[in-house]
Amino acid sequence: MKRLVVLGGGTAGTMVVNKLRKKLKDEEWSITVIDKDNDHIYQPGLLLLPFGVYRPEELVKKRAHFFPRGVKFIQSAIDKIVPESNHVLLAGGQIIEYDQLVIATGTSPRPDQTPGMDDPAIWRKSVFDFFTLEGSTALRDALTAWSGGRLVIHITEMPIKCPVAPLEFAFLADAFFEERKMRDDVEIIYVTPLEGAFTKPTASKRLGTMLEDRNIKLEPDFMVDHIDPEAKTLVSMDEREVPFDLLVTIPLNMGDDLIARSGMGNDLNYVPVDKETFLSKSYSNVFVLGDASDIPASKAGSVAHFAIELFTENFVDYVEGRTMKHRFDGHANCFIESGHGKGLLIDFNYTTEPLTGKFPIPVIGPLPLLKESRLNHMGKLAFRWIYWNMLIKGRRIPIPALMSMAGKHQVTTK
Amino acid sequence: MPVIEIAGKPINVNEEGFLTKYDEWDEEIAKVLAAQIEIEMTEAHWNIIKFLRADFKTQGETATARRVQSVGGVPVKEQFVLFPKKPAKKMAYIAGLPKPKGCV
Repeated sequence: MKRLVVLGGGTAGTMVVNKLRKKLKDEEWSITVIDKDNDHIYQPGLLLLPFGVYRPEELVKKRAHFFPRGVKFIQSAIDKIVPESNHVLLAGGQIIEYDQLVIATGTSPRPDQTPGMDDPAIWRKSVFDFFTLEGSTALRDALTAWSGGRLVIHITEMPIKCPVAPLEFAFLADAFFEERKMRDDVEIIYVTPLEGAFTKPTASKRLGTMLEDRNIKLEPDFMVDHIDPEAKTLVSMDEREVPFDLLVTIPLNMGDDLIARSGMGNDLNYVPVDKETFLSKSYSNVFVLGDASDIPASKAGSVAHFAIELFTENFVDYVEGRTMKHRFDGHANCFIESGHGKGLLIDFNYTTEPLTGKFPIPVIGPLPLLKESRLNHMGKLAFRWIYWNMLIKGRRIPIPALMSMAGKHQVTTK
Repeated sequence: MPVIEIAGKPINVNEEGFLTKYDEWDEEIAKVLAAQIEIEMTEAHWNIIKFLRADFKTQGETATARRVQSVGGVPVKEQFVLFPKKPAKKMAYIAGLPKPKGCV
């Protein structure tokens, strides 16, 4: 009997055990998934929770509920991986041996990495993160009670989980305060280490215009050095200062510390892999899926989903000694909430930036790309059902894993 | 992709003017590139550029500001002093390397 061990029961880990349990024979392969807790959080909901769209309890379900029969779940913190001897050491000292290892331990916000950010005088009082359930809930309470002032939305450093989320937050905040008839009492500033609103030129221009239209000020090329908790000011490496009354920050994102303890990560604890197959660059029986790897793609569930579609077939070939046939192209597909019940859709990969046009989806029909529409917002809301009932259970969703140019308008270069 | 002449040599660049061929770079070209973005090269500047060149050779990608700090030993704050406003982009430009992949 061969042993597959999966570290992490989040979006990627849950999807992959569901898909692989169907492909690998029960009598040939055991599958074990290890996670430190039993709470699976619907992370896209954390963006909308502060604006009252969801309640916290609507975003959490038991991880164990989503693992199929024939998958063993161990709930335990992990001390480290010892890849030279093909085993994982649990926090309690127990050794779990594997023949193949899949690392899917994700990425997390690390406010402790920026001096002053997690100072108890300001942390979750006037400085908030929203990619944790606690942060998102605390931010909801703060927004509800707030009487106005300077709202600063800030990205510490790329890469971050869901790179469009802070922009969406800015659009949603603008709409939220407008609907509460207090937009004139709120100044919104968007502070980013990037040169513009987004990473890719066509989308950056379009989204930059959307910030201007909403009277949101852009502060680009801002690399934070520290936060002054007394003055409530962001201070950059080149000594620019941005004062705030309310700061919504995306702290530095890092892979799990267990990757560092295992000596398997880069500076930010991401595991170096081949970007087309997710095979570790150092160990021939270790794959890394979802946000935990260093592939130059968005850290987002949609990327994990497309990646795992291809990985599943590759894995079966790989363990049987055949060549892996599929090559991942970095495909990502994201809804961007723009406020007032509208949204945009972007679709891109390693080499093609998000473009305008139409995105064909069987049955639902074409969704407009990089353009605001009510349909895209409905798509985002419908996605929560798809996520719990289809996506993480490994059911097929009719969107191809590799990006297609169908319906997209190409940018003509001079 | 355009080919331009720098320091009397034909050089391949992309639409933003970044060199596209690792081996076409030399220190003469670096000086011209630096002058174009108003950087006066000192020993501290050269140290970073040499680190970036060597690191690219082993890693296959341009080091980020964070890596120049942790592996190259130059604090990000100092990088901002040496290459004002956009250090990662300016360092890569002078070193004849692709822009570091910030993000996607």
